[in-house]
Amino acid sequence: MNKKKRIGSKIFLGIIVLFLYAPIIYTMVFSFNEGKSLTKFSGFSFKWYEKMFSNDTMMEALFYTIIVAILATIISTLVGTVTAIGLSKSRRAIKNVVEQVNQLPIMNPEIVTAIGLLMLFSFIHFEKGFFTMLLAHIMFCIPYVILSVMPKLRTLNPNLAEAAMDLGATPWQALTKVIVPECMPGIISGALIAFTMSFDDFVISYFVTGNGVSNISILVYTESRRINPSINALSTIIVVIITIALLLVNIIPSLASKKKSKVESIKEENIK
Amino acid sequence: MKQFRKMVYPYLVWSTIMIAVPMLLILLYAFTTQGNTVTKFLFTFKNFKRFLTDTTFLNVLYTSLRIAVETTLICIILGYPTAYVIAKFSEKAKLRWVLVITLPTWINMLVRTYAWTGILQDDGVINSFLSIFKIGPIPLIYTDFAVILGMVYNFLPFMIIQIYTSLTKMDYSLKEAANDLGAGPAKTFLKITLPLSMPGVISGITLVFLPAVSSFCIPRMLGGGSYVMVGTIIESQFLTAGDWNFGSAISLIMAIIIMISMYITKKVDKGEKVEGASV
Repeated sequence: MNKKKRIGSKIFLGIIVLFLYAPIIYTMVFSFNEGKSLTKFSGFSFKWYEKMFSNDTMMEALFYTIIVAILATIISTLVGTVTAIGLSKSRRAIKNVVEQVNQLPIMNPEIVTAIGLLMLFSFIHFEKGFFTMLLAHIMFCIPYVILSVMPKLRTLNPNLAEAAMDLGATPWQALTKVIVPECMPGIISGALIAFTMSFDDFVISYFVTGNGVSNISILVYTESRRINPSINALSTIIVVIITIALLLVNIIPSLASKKKSKVESIKEENIK
Repeated sequence: MKQFRKMVYPYLVWSTIMIAVPMLLILLYAFTTQGNTVTKFLFTFKNFKRFLTDTTFLNVLYTSLRIAVETTLICIILGYPTAYVIAKFSEKAKLRWVLVITLPTWINMLVRTYAWTGILQDDGVINSFLSIFKIGPIPLIYTDFAVILGMVYNFLPFMIIQIYTSLTKMDYSLKEAANDLGAGPAKTFLKITLPLSMPGVISGITLVFLPAVSSFCIPRMLGGGSYVMVGTIIESQFLTAGDWNFGSAISLIMAIIIMISMYITKKVDKGEKVEGASV
Protein backbone atom coordinates (compact mmCIF):
# COMPACT_ATOMS: atom_id res chain seq x y z
CA MET A 1 0.00 0.00 0.00
CA ASN A 2 1.36 3.43 -0.88
CA LYS A 3 1.47 6.34 1.52
CA LYS A 4 -1.39 8.35 0.06
CA LYS A 5 -3.77 5.43 0.34
CA ARG A 6 -2.67 4.80 3.89
CA ILE A 7 -3.35 8.39 4.93
CA GLY A 8 -6.69 8.35 3.11
CA SER A 9 -7.83 5.21 4.91
CA LYS A 10 -6.68 6.62 8.26
CA ILE A 11 -8.75 9.77 7.68
CA PHE A 12 -11.78 7.66 6.74
CA LEU A 13 -11.37 5.56 9.88
CA GLY A 14 -11.05 8.74 11.90
CA ILE A 15 -14.33 10.09 10.54
CA ILE A 16 -16.14 6.83 11.37
CA VAL A 17 -14.74 6.85 14.91
CA LEU A 18 -15.72 10.51 15.32
CA PHE A 19 -19.24 9.65 14.15
CA LEU A 20 -19.47 6.79 16.67
CA TYR A 21 -18.06 8.73 19.58
CA ALA A 22 -19.19 12.34 19.12
CA PRO A 23 -22.71 11.82 20.56
CA ILE A 24 -21.30 9.93 23.53
CA ILE A 25 -18.80 12.69 24.28
CA TYR A 26 -21.56 15.24 23.79
CA THR A 27 -23.68 13.45 26.40
CA MET A 28 -20.76 13.33 28.81
CA VAL A 29 -19.99 17.03 28.40
CA PHE A 30 -23.60 18.05 28.99
CA SER A 31 -23.88 15.88 32.08
CA PHE A 32 -21.70 18.54 33.75
CA ASN A 33 -23.87 21.40 32.52
CA GLU A 34 -25.07 23.86 35.11
CA GLY A 35 -28.35 24.58 33.32
CA LYS A 36 -31.08 22.27 32.17
CA SER A 37 -30.51 22.86 28.45
CA LEU A 38 -29.15 20.07 26.27
CA THR A 39 -27.87 22.55 23.68
CA LYS A 40 -26.29 25.49 25.57
CA PHE A 41 -23.48 24.89 28.04
CA SER A 42 -23.83 27.44 30.81
CA GLY A 43 -21.30 26.30 33.40
CA PHE A 44 -19.70 23.35 35.16
CA SER A 45 -21.52 21.53 37.94
CA PHE A 46 -22.13 18.11 39.52
CA LYS A 47 -25.77 18.98 40.13
CA TRP A 48 -27.21 16.30 37.81
CA TYR A 49 -25.08 13.59 39.39
CA GLU A 50 -26.43 14.48 42.82
CA LYS A 51 -29.96 14.43 41.42
CA MET A 52 -29.33 11.04 39.81
CA PHE A 53 -27.95 9.37 42.93
CA SER A 54 -30.85 10.62 45.02
CA ASN A 55 -33.34 9.34 42.42
CA ASP A 56 -34.57 5.91 43.56
CA THR A 57 -36.13 4.90 40.25
CA MET A 58 -32.86 5.56 38.43
CA MET A 59 -30.78 3.61 40.93
CA GLU A 60 -33.24 0.74 40.81
CA ALA A 61 -33.20 0.64 37.02
CA LEU A 62 -29.41 0.61 37.04
CA PHE A 63 -29.42 -2.25 39.56
CA TYR A 64 -31.92 -4.34 37.56
CA THR A 65 -30.01 -3.79 34.31
CA ILE A 66 -26.70 -4.97 35.78
CA ILE A 67 -28.14 -7.94 37.70
CA VAL A 68 -30.15 -9.20 34.73
CA ALA A 69 -27.20 -8.76 32.36
CA ILE A 70 -24.81 -10.66 34.63
CA LEU A 71 -27.25 -13.51 35.37
CA ALA A 72 -28.39 -13.80 31.76
CA THR A 73 -24.79 -13.85 30.53
CA ILE A 74 -23.66 -16.55 32.96
CA ILE A 75 -26.69 -18.81 32.40
CA SER A 76 -26.87 -18.39 28.64
CA THR A 77 -23.12 -18.90 28.18
CA LEU A 78 -23.22 -22.12 30.22
CA VAL A 79 -26.35 -23.50 28.57
CA GLY A 80 -25.31 -22.33 25.12
CA THR A 81 -21.85 -23.90 25.32
CA VAL A 82 -23.19 -27.18 26.69
CA THR A 83 -25.85 -27.28 23.97
CA ALA A 84 -23.36 -26.43 21.22
CA ILE A 85 -21.00 -29.23 22.29
CA GLY A 86 -23.94 -31.65 22.47
CA LEU A 87 -25.11 -30.51 19.05
CA SER A 88 -21.70 -31.07 17.47
CA LYS A 89 -22.02 -34.76 18.39
CA SER A 90 -25.74 -35.09 17.67
CA ARG A 91 -27.46 -36.59 14.68
CA ARG A 92 -28.13 -34.28 11.77
CA ALA A 93 -31.90 -34.27 12.34
CA ILE A 94 -31.65 -32.90 15.90
CA LYS A 95 -28.98 -30.44 14.82
CA ASN A 96 -31.24 -29.12 12.08
CA VAL A 97 -34.24 -28.77 14.38
CA VAL A 98 -32.31 -26.83 17.03
CA GLU A 99 -30.61 -24.64 14.42
CA GLN A 100 -33.96 -23.82 12.82
CA VAL A 101 -35.63 -23.05 16.15
CA ASN A 102 -32.66 -20.87 17.15
CA GLN A 103 -33.05 -18.92 13.95
CA LEU A 104 -36.49 -17.76 15.10
CA PRO A 105 -35.43 -15.23 17.75
CA ILE A 106 -32.45 -14.17 15.61
CA MET A 107 -34.31 -13.78 12.32
CA ASN A 108 -37.51 -12.48 13.84
CA PRO A 109 -37.68 -8.80 14.66
CA GLU A 110 -37.25 -8.21 18.38
CA ILE A 111 -40.77 -6.86 18.62
CA VAL A 112 -42.20 -10.19 17.36
CA THR A 113 -40.21 -12.13 19.95
CA ALA A 114 -41.35 -9.61 22.54
CA ILE A 115 -45.07 -9.92 21.86
CA GLY A 116 -44.70 -13.73 21.68
CA LEU A 117 -43.19 -13.75 25.16
CA LEU A 118 -45.75 -11.24 26.41
CA MET A 119 -48.53 -13.58 25.31
CA LEU A 120 -46.75 -16.66 26.68
CA PHE A 121 -46.37 -15.12 30.14
CA SER A 122 -49.96 -13.96 30.23
CA PHE A 123 -51.13 -17.34 28.89
CA ILE A 124 -49.51 -19.23 31.78
CA HIS A 125 -50.44 -16.42 34.21
CA PHE A 126 -46.84 -15.62 35.04
CA GLU A 127 -46.79 -12.15 36.56
CA LYS A 128 -44.68 -9.68 34.59
CA GLY A 129 -41.65 -8.42 36.49
CA PHE A 130 -38.03 -9.21 37.27
CA PHE A 131 -38.22 -12.95 36.53
CA THR A 132 -40.00 -12.57 33.22
CA MET A 133 -37.32 -10.09 32.18
CA LEU A 134 -34.53 -12.50 33.20
CA LEU A 135 -36.17 -15.49 31.47
CA ALA A 136 -36.67 -13.46 28.31
CA HIS A 137 -33.06 -12.28 28.30
CA ILE A 138 -31.73 -15.82 28.75
CA MET A 139 -34.00 -16.94 25.94
CA PHE A 140 -32.67 -14.47 23.36
CA CYS A 141 -29.02 -14.75 24.47
CA ILE A 142 -28.57 -18.54 24.17
CA PRO A 143 -28.91 -18.73 20.35
CA TYR A 144 -26.14 -16.14 19.97
CA VAL A 145 -23.85 -18.10 22.30
CA ILE A 146 -24.52 -21.29 20.33
CA LEU A 147 -23.86 -19.45 17.08
CA SER A 148 -20.50 -18.17 18.25
CA VAL A 149 -19.36 -21.49 19.79
CA MET A 150 -20.43 -23.74 16.88
CA PRO A 151 -17.85 -22.52 14.31
CA LYS A 152 -15.05 -23.25 16.79
CA LEU A 153 -16.41 -26.77 17.34
CA ARG A 154 -16.67 -27.35 13.61
CA THR A 155 -12.99 -26.57 13.08
CA LEU A 156 -12.03 -28.62 16.13
CA ASN A 157 -10.42 -31.94 15.24
CA PRO A 158 -12.94 -34.60 16.41
CA ASN A 159 -10.08 -37.00 17.08
CA LEU A 160 -8.69 -34.76 19.82
CA ALA A 161 -11.34 -35.63 22.40
CA GLU A 162 -11.24 -39.26 21.35
CA ALA A 163 -7.47 -39.35 21.69
CA ALA A 164 -7.78 -37.88 25.18
CA MET A 165 -10.28 -40.57 26.13
CA ASP A 166 -8.13 -43.33 24.63
CA LEU A 167 -5.32 -42.06 26.79
CA GLY A 168 -7.51 -42.55 29.87
CA ALA A 169 -9.38 -39.27 30.24
CA THR A 170 -12.98 -39.49 31.43
CA PRO A 171 -15.61 -37.84 29.17
CA TRP A 172 -15.79 -35.01 31.72
CA GLN A 173 -12.01 -34.49 31.48
CA ALA A 174 -12.11 -34.66 27.69
CA LEU A 175 -14.81 -31.99 27.82
CA THR A 176 -13.16 -29.61 30.27
CA LYS A 177 -9.50 -30.17 29.32
CA VAL A 178 -9.78 -30.52 25.55
CA ILE A 179 -13.02 -29.33 24.03
CA VAL A 180 -13.82 -26.30 26.21
CA PRO A 181 -10.30 -24.77 26.10
CA GLU A 182 -10.23 -25.21 22.34
CA CYS A 183 -13.53 -23.32 21.99
CA MET A 184 -12.63 -20.63 24.53
CA PRO A 185 -12.42 -17.76 22.02
CA GLY A 186 -15.91 -18.66 20.77
CA ILE A 187 -17.28 -18.98 24.31
CA ILE A 188 -15.83 -15.62 25.33
CA SER A 189 -17.18 -13.83 22.28
CA GLY A 190 -20.55 -15.52 22.89
CA ALA A 191 -20.57 -14.27 26.48
CA LEU A 192 -19.65 -10.77 25.33
CA ILE A 193 -22.48 -10.78 22.79
CA ALA A 194 -24.90 -12.07 25.43
CA PHE A 195 -23.90 -9.35 27.87
CA THR A 196 -24.22 -6.61 25.26
CA MET A 197 -27.58 -7.91 24.07
CA SER A 198 -28.95 -8.07 27.59
CA PHE A 199 -27.48 -4.76 28.75
CA ASP A 200 -28.66 -2.94 25.65
CA ASP A 201 -32.06 -4.58 25.37
CA PHE A 202 -35.07 -2.37 25.26
CA VAL A 203 -37.84 -3.85 23.11
CA ILE A 204 -38.20 -7.24 24.80
CA SER A 205 -37.77 -5.86 28.32
CA TYR A 206 -40.30 -3.12 27.58
CA PHE A 207 -42.95 -5.67 26.63
CA VAL A 208 -42.32 -8.37 29.26
CA THR A 209 -41.95 -6.23 32.38
CA GLY A 210 -44.86 -4.55 34.01
CA ASN A 211 -45.02 -1.44 36.14
CA GLY A 212 -42.53 -1.21 38.96
CA VAL A 213 -39.62 -3.02 37.33
CA SER A 214 -37.65 -1.23 34.64
CA ASN A 215 -34.14 -1.23 33.24
CA ILE A 216 -32.09 1.69 31.98
CA SER A 217 -33.53 1.47 28.47
CA ILE A 218 -37.12 1.62 29.65
CA LEU A 219 -36.25 4.49 31.96
CA VAL A 220 -34.56 6.51 29.20
CA TYR A 221 -37.46 5.80 26.84
CA THR A 222 -40.06 7.06 29.28
CA GLU A 223 -37.91 10.00 30.45
CA SER A 224 -36.84 11.12 26.96
CA ARG A 225 -40.13 12.89 26.35
CA ARG A 226 -39.10 15.66 28.72
CA ILE A 227 -35.65 17.17 29.22
CA ASN A 228 -33.85 15.45 32.06
CA PRO A 229 -30.06 15.96 32.19
CA SER A 230 -29.81 13.29 34.92
CA ILE A 231 -29.95 10.83 32.02
CA ASN A 232 -26.74 12.38 30.73
CA ALA A 233 -25.14 11.81 34.13
CA LEU A 234 -26.40 8.22 34.17
CA SER A 235 -25.02 7.55 30.69
CA THR A 236 -21.67 9.08 31.60
CA ILE A 237 -21.39 6.68 34.52
CA ILE A 238 -22.36 3.75 32.27
CA VAL A 239 -19.72 4.77 29.73
CA VAL A 240 -17.04 4.96 32.41
CA ILE A 241 -17.99 1.60 33.98
CA ILE A 242 -18.12 -0.16 30.61
CA THR A 243 -14.83 1.30 29.42
CA ILE A 244 -13.10 0.12 32.59
CA ALA A 245 -14.74 -3.33 32.33
CA LEU A 246 -13.73 -3.69 28.69
CA LEU A 247 -10.17 -2.67 29.39
CA LEU A 248 -10.01 -5.24 32.21
CA VAL A 249 -11.48 -7.94 29.97
CA ASN A 250 -8.81 -7.16 27.39
CA ILE A 251 -5.90 -6.91 29.81
CA ILE A 252 -6.61 -9.89 32.09
CA PRO A 253 -6.46 -12.59 29.36
CA SER A 254 -3.12 -11.29 28.08
CA LEU A 255 -1.74 -11.31 31.63
CA ALA A 256 -3.15 -14.79 32.21
CA SER A 257 -1.67 -16.13 29.00
CA LYS A 258 1.71 -14.71 29.99
CA LYS A 259 1.48 -16.47 33.33
CA LYS A 260 0.33 -19.67 31.66
CA SER A 261 3.22 -19.69 29.22
CA LYS A 262 5.57 -19.12 32.13
CA VAL A 263 4.09 -22.07 34.03
CA GLU A 264 4.30 -24.21 30.93
CA SER A 265 7.90 -23.33 30.27
CA ILE A 266 8.75 -24.20 33.87
CA LYS A 267 6.95 -27.52 33.47
CA GLU A 268 8.86 -28.25 30.31
CA GLU A 269 12.13 -27.51 32.04
CA ASN A 270 11.21 -29.88 34.86
CA ILE A 271 10.49 -32.64 32.36
CA LYS A 272 13.88 -32.11 30.79
CA MET B 1 -18.76 -39.41 21.61
CA LYS B 2 -22.41 -40.39 22.05
CA GLN B 3 -22.33 -39.49 25.75
CA PHE B 4 -22.22 -35.80 24.81
CA ARG B 5 -25.48 -36.03 22.89
CA LYS B 6 -27.57 -35.81 26.06
CA MET B 7 -26.28 -32.30 26.59
CA VAL B 8 -28.77 -31.04 24.02
CA TYR B 9 -31.92 -32.31 25.77
CA PRO B 10 -32.43 -29.54 28.36
CA TYR B 11 -32.24 -26.94 25.63
CA LEU B 12 -34.74 -28.85 23.49
CA VAL B 13 -37.31 -28.52 26.28
CA TRP B 14 -36.40 -24.89 26.99
CA SER B 15 -36.54 -23.77 23.35
CA THR B 16 -39.88 -25.48 22.83
CA ILE B 17 -41.47 -23.53 25.68
CA MET B 18 -39.67 -20.22 25.24
CA ILE B 19 -39.29 -20.03 21.45
CA ALA B 20 -41.76 -22.34 19.72
CA VAL B 21 -44.84 -21.82 21.91
CA PRO B 22 -44.77 -17.98 21.71
CA MET B 23 -44.59 -18.21 17.92
CA LEU B 24 -47.58 -20.56 17.91
CA LEU B 25 -49.44 -18.11 20.14
CA ILE B 26 -48.84 -15.32 17.60
CA LEU B 27 -50.22 -17.59 14.87
CA LEU B 28 -53.22 -18.47 17.02
CA TYR B 29 -54.05 -14.85 17.79
CA ALA B 30 -53.45 -13.63 14.24
CA PHE B 31 -56.00 -16.04 12.77
CA THR B 32 -58.65 -15.64 15.45
CA THR B 33 -60.88 -13.05 16.97
CA GLN B 34 -62.13 -12.76 20.52
CA GLY B 35 -65.10 -15.14 20.65
CA ASN B 36 -67.98 -15.51 23.07
CA THR B 37 -67.90 -17.30 26.41
CA VAL B 38 -68.38 -20.79 24.90
CA THR B 39 -65.48 -20.78 22.43
CA LYS B 40 -62.64 -18.46 23.29
CA PHE B 41 -61.28 -18.15 19.76
CA LEU B 42 -63.02 -17.82 16.41
CA PHE B 43 -61.05 -18.52 13.24
CA THR B 44 -60.88 -15.54 10.88
CA PHE B 45 -58.86 -13.75 8.19
CA LYS B 46 -60.35 -10.42 9.27
CA ASN B 47 -57.13 -9.15 10.91
CA PHE B 48 -55.11 -9.60 7.72
CA LYS B 49 -57.80 -8.13 5.55
CA ARG B 50 -57.96 -5.04 7.74
CA PHE B 51 -54.23 -4.40 7.33
CA LEU B 52 -53.87 -5.25 3.65
CA THR B 53 -56.87 -3.24 2.43
CA ASP B 54 -56.15 -0.04 4.33
CA THR B 55 -53.88 2.36 2.43
CA THR B 56 -52.68 4.12 5.59
CA PHE B 57 -51.33 0.82 6.93
CA LEU B 58 -49.78 -0.06 3.57
CA ASN B 59 -48.08 3.34 3.45
CA VAL B 60 -46.63 2.74 6.89
CA LEU B 61 -45.30 -0.61 5.70
CA TYR B 62 -43.72 1.08 2.68
CA THR B 63 -42.07 3.77 4.85
CA SER B 64 -40.64 1.14 7.19
CA LEU B 65 -39.16 -0.88 4.33
CA ARG B 66 -37.73 2.20 2.61
CA ILE B 67 -36.08 3.47 5.80
CA ALA B 68 -34.64 0.01 6.52
CA VAL B 69 -33.24 -0.46 3.00
CA GLU B 70 -31.65 3.00 3.02
CA THR B 71 -30.15 2.35 6.47
CA THR B 72 -28.73 -1.00 5.34
CA LEU B 73 -27.18 0.46 2.17
CA ILE B 74 -25.54 3.31 4.07
CA CYS B 75 -24.19 0.81 6.62
CA ILE B 76 -22.63 -1.30 3.85
CA ILE B 77 -21.14 1.75 2.11
CA LEU B 78 -19.60 3.03 5.38
CA GLY B 79 -18.96 -0.35 6.99
CA TYR B 80 -17.15 -2.22 4.23
CA PRO B 81 -14.23 0.22 3.81
CA THR B 82 -13.93 0.52 7.59
CA ALA B 83 -13.73 -3.26 8.03
CA TYR B 84 -11.32 -3.51 5.09
CA VAL B 85 -8.94 -0.93 6.56
CA ILE B 86 -9.01 -2.57 10.00
CA ALA B 87 -8.47 -6.07 8.57
CA LYS B 88 -5.20 -4.87 7.01
CA PHE B 89 -3.69 -3.73 10.31
CA SER B 90 -1.24 -5.78 12.39
CA GLU B 91 -2.73 -8.34 14.80
CA LYS B 92 -2.38 -6.08 17.83
CA ALA B 93 -3.79 -3.01 16.10
CA LYS B 94 -6.71 -5.07 14.76
CA LEU B 95 -7.83 -6.05 18.27
CA ARG B 96 -7.50 -2.47 19.46
CA TRP B 97 -9.62 -1.17 16.57
CA VAL B 98 -12.27 -3.85 17.03
CA LEU B 99 -12.53 -2.68 20.62
CA VAL B 100 -12.82 0.95 19.49
CA ILE B 101 -15.63 0.06 17.05
CA THR B 102 -17.55 -2.21 19.42
CA LEU B 103 -17.23 -0.07 22.54
CA PRO B 104 -20.17 2.23 21.67
CA THR B 105 -22.45 -0.80 21.16
CA TRP B 106 -21.90 -1.63 24.83
CA ILE B 107 -23.45 1.64 25.78
CA ASN B 108 -27.19 1.47 25.93
CA MET B 109 -28.87 2.03 22.58
CA LEU B 110 -31.51 4.36 23.98
CA VAL B 111 -28.88 6.45 25.74
CA ARG B 112 -26.99 6.82 22.47
CA THR B 113 -30.14 7.68 20.55
CA TYR B 114 -31.12 10.19 23.22
CA ALA B 115 -27.77 11.95 22.71
CA TRP B 116 -28.75 12.78 19.13
CA THR B 117 -31.89 14.60 20.24
CA GLY B 118 -29.69 17.36 21.73
CA ILE B 119 -27.37 17.49 18.72
CA LEU B 120 -30.13 17.66 16.11
CA GLN B 121 -32.33 20.31 17.79
CA ASP B 122 -33.06 23.54 15.94
CA ASP B 123 -30.77 25.31 18.43
CA GLY B 124 -28.43 22.30 18.74
CA VAL B 125 -24.75 21.92 17.91
CA ILE B 126 -25.14 21.42 14.15
CA ASN B 127 -27.49 24.35 13.64
CA SER B 128 -25.45 26.61 15.95
CA PHE B 129 -22.40 25.79 13.84
CA LEU B 130 -24.29 26.46 10.60
CA SER B 131 -25.63 29.77 11.90
CA ILE B 132 -22.03 31.08 11.97
CA PHE B 133 -22.20 30.92 8.17
CA LYS B 134 -25.71 32.41 8.24
CA ILE B 135 -27.27 29.11 7.18
CA GLY B 136 -30.33 27.59 8.71
CA PRO B 137 -31.68 26.60 11.07
CA ILE B 138 -32.22 23.47 9.01
CA PRO B 139 -34.92 21.20 10.44
CA LEU B 140 -33.00 18.06 11.42
CA ILE B 141 -34.87 16.39 14.25
CA TYR B 142 -38.24 14.76 13.55
CA THR B 143 -37.36 14.05 9.90
CA ASP B 144 -36.54 10.93 7.84
CA PHE B 145 -32.92 12.07 7.99
CA ALA B 146 -32.89 11.95 11.80
CA VAL B 147 -34.46 8.47 11.88
CA ILE B 148 -32.00 7.04 9.32
CA LEU B 149 -29.08 8.75 11.07
CA GLY B 150 -30.12 7.24 14.37
CA MET B 151 -30.40 3.80 12.84
CA VAL B 152 -27.07 3.96 10.99
CA TYR B 153 -25.45 5.22 14.16
CA ASN B 154 -26.82 2.33 16.21
CA PHE B 155 -26.36 -0.52 13.73
CA LEU B 156 -23.14 0.40 11.85
CA PRO B 157 -20.78 -1.39 14.31
CA PHE B 158 -22.63 -4.69 13.70
CA MET B 159 -22.03 -4.38 9.98
CA ILE B 160 -18.36 -3.48 10.44
CA ILE B 161 -17.68 -6.40 12.78
CA GLN B 162 -19.43 -8.95 10.55
CA ILE B 163 -17.49 -7.88 7.45
CA TYR B 164 -14.26 -7.61 9.42
CA THR B 165 -14.67 -11.18 10.72
CA SER B 166 -15.17 -12.61 7.25
CA LEU B 167 -12.21 -10.59 5.92
CA THR B 168 -9.83 -11.85 8.60
CA LYS B 169 -11.01 -15.44 8.12
CA MET B 170 -10.08 -15.16 4.47
CA ASP B 171 -7.14 -17.18 3.19
CA TYR B 172 -4.62 -14.54 2.12
CA SER B 173 -2.70 -16.98 -0.06
CA LEU B 174 -5.62 -16.80 -2.48
CA LYS B 175 -4.97 -13.09 -2.93
CA GLU B 176 -1.28 -13.74 -3.42
CA ALA B 177 -2.10 -16.43 -5.97
CA ALA B 178 -4.34 -14.01 -7.86
CA ASN B 179 -1.53 -11.43 -7.83
CA ASP B 180 1.00 -14.00 -9.04
CA LEU B 181 -1.33 -14.98 -11.86
CA GLY B 182 -1.37 -11.37 -13.03
CA ALA B 183 -4.55 -9.93 -11.53
CA GLY B 184 -4.34 -6.25 -10.58
CA PRO B 185 -5.49 -4.95 -7.18
CA ALA B 186 -8.95 -4.06 -8.51
CA LYS B 187 -9.48 -7.45 -10.13
CA THR B 188 -8.16 -9.29 -7.07
CA PHE B 189 -10.60 -7.36 -4.90
CA LEU B 190 -13.59 -8.02 -7.17
CA LYS B 191 -12.82 -11.69 -7.84
CA ILE B 192 -11.32 -12.81 -4.52
CA THR B 193 -11.82 -10.48 -1.58
CA LEU B 194 -15.38 -9.33 -2.27
CA PRO B 195 -16.90 -12.79 -2.97
CA LEU B 196 -15.10 -14.30 0.03
CA SER B 197 -16.32 -11.53 2.33
CA MET B 198 -19.93 -11.82 1.13
CA PRO B 199 -20.99 -14.06 4.07
CA GLY B 200 -19.96 -11.22 6.36
CA VAL B 201 -21.95 -8.69 4.34
CA ILE B 202 -24.98 -10.99 4.37
CA SER B 203 -24.90 -11.50 8.12
CA GLY B 204 -24.29 -7.76 8.46
CA ILE B 205 -27.44 -7.10 6.44
CA THR B 206 -29.42 -9.39 8.75
CA LEU B 207 -28.11 -7.55 11.78
CA VAL B 208 -28.97 -4.12 10.32
CA PHE B 209 -32.10 -4.60 8.19
CA LEU B 210 -33.96 -6.62 10.82
CA PRO B 211 -33.81 -4.19 13.73
CA ALA B 212 -34.20 -1.25 11.34
CA VAL B 213 -37.47 -2.41 9.78
CA SER B 214 -39.06 -3.23 13.11
CA SER B 215 -37.57 -0.53 15.31
CA PHE B 216 -39.99 1.56 17.30
CA CYS B 217 -37.84 3.43 19.79
CA ILE B 218 -35.68 5.23 17.21
CA PRO B 219 -38.66 6.54 15.18
CA ARG B 220 -40.36 7.54 18.44
CA MET B 221 -37.34 9.42 19.78
CA LEU B 222 -35.92 10.97 16.61
CA GLY B 223 -38.98 10.95 14.37
CA GLY B 224 -41.35 12.45 16.88
CA GLY B 225 -44.74 11.38 18.15
CA SER B 226 -46.47 11.47 14.78
CA TYR B 227 -43.82 9.43 12.98
CA VAL B 228 -45.36 6.00 12.35
CA MET B 229 -43.55 2.80 11.39
CA VAL B 230 -44.67 -0.85 11.55
CA GLY B 231 -43.01 -1.23 14.94
CA THR B 232 -44.86 1.70 16.45
CA ILE B 233 -48.22 0.33 15.21
CA ILE B 234 -47.55 -3.08 16.77
CA GLU B 235 -46.52 -1.42 20.02
CA SER B 236 -49.71 0.61 20.21
CA GLN B 237 -51.86 -2.44 19.38
CA PHE B 238 -50.35 -4.38 22.28
CA LEU B 239 -49.75 -1.74 24.91
CA THR B 240 -52.44 0.89 24.37
CA ALA B 241 -55.17 -0.33 21.99
CA GLY B 242 -55.16 -3.82 23.46
CA ASP B 243 -56.09 -5.53 20.18
CA TRP B 244 -53.75 -8.52 20.41
CA ASN B 245 -55.33 -10.26 17.42
CA PHE B 246 -54.73 -7.38 15.03
CA GLY B 247 -51.25 -6.77 16.52
CA SER B 248 -50.35 -10.43 15.99
CA ALA B 249 -51.51 -10.29 12.39
CA ILE B 250 -49.34 -7.20 11.69
CA SER B 251 -46.33 -8.87 13.32
CA LEU B 252 -46.89 -11.97 11.23
CA ILE B 253 -47.07 -9.93 8.01
CA MET B 254 -43.86 -8.12 8.98
CA ALA B 255 -42.09 -11.37 9.92
CA ILE B 256 -43.06 -12.95 6.60
CA ILE B 257 -41.82 -9.95 4.60
CA ILE B 258 -38.53 -10.08 6.48
CA MET B 259 -38.16 -13.84 5.98
CA ILE B 260 -38.76 -13.42 2.25
CA SER B 261 -36.22 -10.61 1.91
CA MET B 262 -33.64 -12.62 3.89
CA TYR B 263 -34.28 -15.63 1.70
CA ILE B 264 -33.77 -13.54 -1.44
CA THR B 265 -30.54 -12.04 -0.03
CA LYS B 266 -29.17 -15.52 0.69
CA LYS B 267 -30.20 -16.79 -2.75
CA VAL B 268 -28.52 -13.84 -4.46
CA ASP B 269 -25.36 -14.55 -2.49
CA LYS B 270 -25.37 -18.23 -3.45
CA GLY B 271 -26.08 -17.43 -7.10
CA GLU B 272 -23.06 -15.16 -7.19
CA LYS B 273 -20.87 -17.85 -5.69
CA VAL B 274 -21.85 -20.40 -8.32
CA GLU B 275 -21.15 -17.86 -11.04
CA GLY B 276 -17.78 -16.99 -9.51
CA ALA B 277 -16.77 -20.64 -9.38
CA SER B 278 -17.51 -21.19 -13.05
CA VAL B 279 -15.40 -18.24 -14.20
